[in-house]
Amino acid sequence: MSIANRIYTYINILIFQGFILFGVAYFSLSEINTLNLILILLETIIFKALAVPLFIKYLIKRNKITREAEPYLPNFISLIIVTTVIIVTIIMSSSIDDKNLDKTYFVVALSNLFTGLYLIVSRKKIITHVIGYLVIENGVFVLALAVGNEMPMLVNLGIMLDIFASVLILGIFFNKIGDFLKDPDATFLRNLKD
Amino acid sequence: MIATFLIGTLLISTLLFFNKNTILNYVLVIGYTILLWILGFYEYNHINTIELEYFKPDALGVLLLFVMCIVSIPAFYHSYRYLSTHDETPRSRGIFFASMVMLISACSMAYISNHIAVTWIFVEITTLSASALIYHHRNIRALEGVWKYVFICALSISFIYIGILFLSLAMKQAGIEDMSFDSIMEHYDLLNLFWLKLSFLFIFTGFTAKIGLVPMYTAGIDAKDKAPAPAGALLSSVLMNMGFVGIYRVYAVVSHTQIQHWASVIIIISALLSIFVATVYMTRIKNIKRMFAYSSIEHMGIVMLGLAVGGIGVYAAILHIILHTFVKTSLFFQFNQIYRVYQSKSIYDVGHYFKYNKAGAIVILLGFISATAMPPSGLFISEFLIFQSLFEAHYFLILIVVLILLTMIIWGFGSNIFKLLFTPPMNINESRIPKINPIDSVSQYILLAMAVYLAYNPPAEFVNLIQEAVKLIQ
Repeated sequence: MSIANRIYTYINILIFQGFILFGVAYFSLSEINTLNLILILLETIIFKALAVPLFIKYLIKRNKITREAEPYLPNFISLIIVTTVIIVTIIMSSSIDDKNLDKTYFVVALSNLFTGLYLIVSRKKIITHVIGYLVIENGVFVLALAVGNEMPMLVNLGIMLDIFASVLILGIFFNKIGDFLKDPDATFLRNLKD
Repeated sequence: MIATFLIGTLLISTLLFFNKNTILNYVLVIGYTILLWILGFYEYNHINTIELEYFKPDALGVLLLFVMCIVSIPAFYHSYRYLSTHDETPRSRGIFFASMVMLISACSMAYISNHIAVTWIFVEITTLSASALIYHHRNIRALEGVWKYVFICALSISFIYIGILFLSLAMKQAGIEDMSFDSIMEHYDLLNLFWLKLSFLFIFTGFTAKIGLVPMYTAGIDAKDKAPAPAGALLSSVLMNMGFVGIYRVYAVVSHTQIQHWASVIIIISALLSIFVATVYMTRIKNIKRMFAYSSIEHMGIVMLGLAVGGIGVYAAILHIILHTFVKTSLFFQFNQIYRVYQSKSIYDVGHYFKYNKAGAIVILLGFISATAMPPSGLFISEFLIFQSLFEAHYFLILIVVLILLTMIIWGFGSNIFKLLFTPPMNINESRIPKINPIDSVSQYILLAMAVYLAYNPPAEFVNLIQEAVKLIQ
């Protein structure tokens, strides 16, 4: 994801992540009650995998955003940075000794978190910042699944965070930004400073 | 009572949102203020009783709730003055008041909630309502401010959520199911320290967006600059207090464990960097409203130093945050009148304020003395106590650095304020300057006087409440 040049590639990866999360949620939340499980599964499949990526696609078409991701750094360096992040999280998690936590979840969650943060700081466009944020959300969701069997309330809170933040960021403001400006790059939102 | 308050808030803000009638708008806002005061007194009389399972008004919550009650009255009054001078449509007025009511209610509930997840939900609601206030003017600059605010706050609430997840892992080993602050406090010695560390780190980082500390302070500055001044006053006082409550409750748990020293080092680093950032901007800033916002960052840094060092510092931190609320809101309320006189926020366009608005100029002068903690001001007492605690804990180097930075802040703040008050302005058309009614400054005088009164002659009940709140940590 860190080296993709076209924005559509990012969206396809988001869709893919949504489907993976659907599978992971189905297999790992075995002890939760059925109604709650259905709610979580519906959220992953409808919201994460379909609605949000398609809405971003629609926004890109409507606002005529160019399809280049426009990174600040060359792709080769990005690849090295993201690989380092993943390796560091693996090493870090192997030093943790806790039988309550499945380490796979921990590694996936942390590396998603840092990749998302990296996407936000290394790309020029606002839409790629939003995609970076959604990647972080997916990472957080994986972490919530790790504790989900004992505390389903936390997973439900995570779903609330997902819906709230995505709707707020995408729904209201990106629409407005598109109305104001025909070329929504992050570069024009640079007037407020000291 | 809390259920009544929540239902009342929802009802009033919905009605405000759809209502177009001016009289009904007045009635609804006054009704809401009365409801808020009733809540304040009710919770004061039912201190430390659990309500609705998730709420428990403790001393800190009740204190800040009262501060909120006091500040809400001038905030609504100045909002009316603001809207009446800006030719607002009934629709934009309705949205403004509805979101202000939501913001005040969400902050109040976050003060007295006893469950970390419930606090988190109300933090989300403040983001939503604050963004509606920031975007009030519907122009490109406001859009930029609100976009940055929403994005950073969305990141920050994700961070708090990760922190809550780690906290649940820390509790899992000990077999604790209940995530209320009371139950975590009770079992603090059973928590897994590794997860508690990670959890504190993430929750602290998340709340810095609300309280206004390094690393996430940036969004708040733009937000206070672009929001209408009465809303900016709330953002830089009661909303920051909410961030303080969040950090305070988590730190209260951590302070009983072995990682207390580690956590205090984290807080001190963040506080020092915040004061440093505030100094850098305060010495070269030319926008009056942003200058007030950076001054808040500096005060939050001082508050956090007091909290981290402990001893008398914790008492002083709580006192400081209450006094700061009164001082900073009065400066922001006064800013509206400055803008009406000069039609500009830039320091280059203002001057001779004493000539155009005497009552307001005295407020600015007194506010400057208060905000820089010079002796007659109440903040002097709390700041002095914080420095004393730094001295007693042998943090001499930090003390010296902070004192030097504060001196530079006073210089930067002072040179701008004296330019505003005494130097003649360039190219000003005196015939266009409106006459400002001195009554608009009365509330600021009362707020500033309260800051002095509470510091030098505090009522016994006020001191008791603060001491009760300090007991959470020691």
